[in-house]
Amino acid sequence: MTDILNPIIVLGGLGLGFGVLLSIASDIFHVDVDPKIEEIRSVLPGANCGACGFPGCDGLAAAIADGKAPVNGCSVGGMPVAERVAEIMGEDAEDMKKMVATVLCQGDCDKAKEKYEYQGITDCRAQNIQQAGSKSCTYGCLGGGTCQEVCEFDAIEMINGVAFVDKDKCTACMKCIEVCPKGIIELVPYENEFVVKCKSEDAGKVVRNNCSIGCIGCQICVKNCPVDAFSFENYLAKIDYDICTNCGICAEKCPTNAIFSSAVKELAV
Amino acid sequence: MSIATILIATIFVNNYVFARFLGICPFLGVSNKMETATGMGVAVTFVVTLSSILTYFIQKGILDKLGLEYLQTIVFILVIAALVQFVELVIKKMSPTLYNALGVYLPLITTNCVVLGVAILNIQEGYNLIQTIFNAIGSSLGFTLALILASGVREKLELADVPEALKGFPIALITAGLMSIAFLGFNGLI
Repeated sequence: MTDILNPIIVLGGLGLGFGVLLSIASDIFHVDVDPKIEEIRSVLPGANCGACGFPGCDGLAAAIADGKAPVNGCSVGGMPVAERVAEIMGEDAEDMKKMVATVLCQGDCDKAKEKYEYQGITDCRAQNIQQAGSKSCTYGCLGGGTCQEVCEFDAIEMINGVAFVDKDKCTACMKCIEVCPKGIIELVPYENEFVVKCKSEDAGKVVRNNCSIGCIGCQICVKNCPVDAFSFENYLAKIDYDICTNCGICAEKCPTNAIFSSAVKELAV
Repeated sequence: MSIATILIATIFVNNYVFARFLGICPFLGVSNKMETATGMGVAVTFVVTLSSILTYFIQKGILDKLGLEYLQTIVFILVIAALVQFVELVIKKMSPTLYNALGVYLPLITTNCVVLGVAILNIQEGYNLIQTIFNAIGSSLGFTLALILASGVREKLELADVPEALKGFPIALITAGLMSIAFLGFNGLI
């Protein structure tokens, strides 16, 4: 009889013991979690796709409740989810600016010079290892299409050696921004049409030598902006998107067309 | 067996991933990036050491005394599962930083066969408590080493021109196989 009883008692006893221990432990070591996290989590799609840039829906829910992610952080859920999350957070979804990724370079095959001919693997990260890429300008788009590859929404197109993001398809999932070795893709509010599409911090003369469409740091935009939305640092103009009124004067005055509408694919020259 | 022998044996010669082929699932699953590989390695080291000590006492104190050695596997699984849960609770409360660092890897370890493998081999080899502890540390260090080495290779593979049919897991498996062959070279060490 003990042959049967002993194992039952040992196994059952251990199981019961561990169960009781765990339940006591969960009480002692209870951590209060923000109830908002649970609520937000229940609103999110739960696909754990990772398009938001956080580890799964749980990660995004925690980040939103923490204020580290916007209420419209879930690109898959779109507006309906954003509105419900905003409700939980007590914010107005309308106030949230829709951000889109924008490639800050227009130096395509005709406009930017090459310092050598790259014939390796078609991948910007690989090309970047070889003397920071084949372009004379070390800041510009390498045109390897790595961002296009990681984009799950088919929003990036390579036009004549420079990436271009389709504003309407972009969900601001940040994947291209993370993968770009040059860091020239940035989030820009959807509403803002005019963007300084150059990241070169070289002096004007160097930029002119390398590329016909770079920011040469002439500061004409800074002087002409009616609302003072420009700041100027390291030979590069920068627009404060909160102040910008989309008047377009800067784009008209810019001598190299470095400031350009983010919605238009290619400069008609 | 001396402690140094145990450490060298478990880290290199009988590496759990490359020689004993245990823990292949987490090995392939989290060896994409160096960072996650290190996180998983640390979590495994932590749990393996704790569970080895605990299972050692349960084996000597309960199973051997009552002649219930045949219950070893199921009891050890129970112990490991409960231990991982407990450790998770404690870490969550005591050190949120460590909890965030270990992240999803902690609960994943419940189903990691390295943990069970080490616990059972400790008993099979007839180690005493000190040897058990060092065997556990060595084994999990070996596992961590395998993860980190593989993640280093796989990070480089990301940029390599791999044939279409071999992209992703196939090339990872081939890499693991080659690394396993390389580890065979340690065989005559002890």
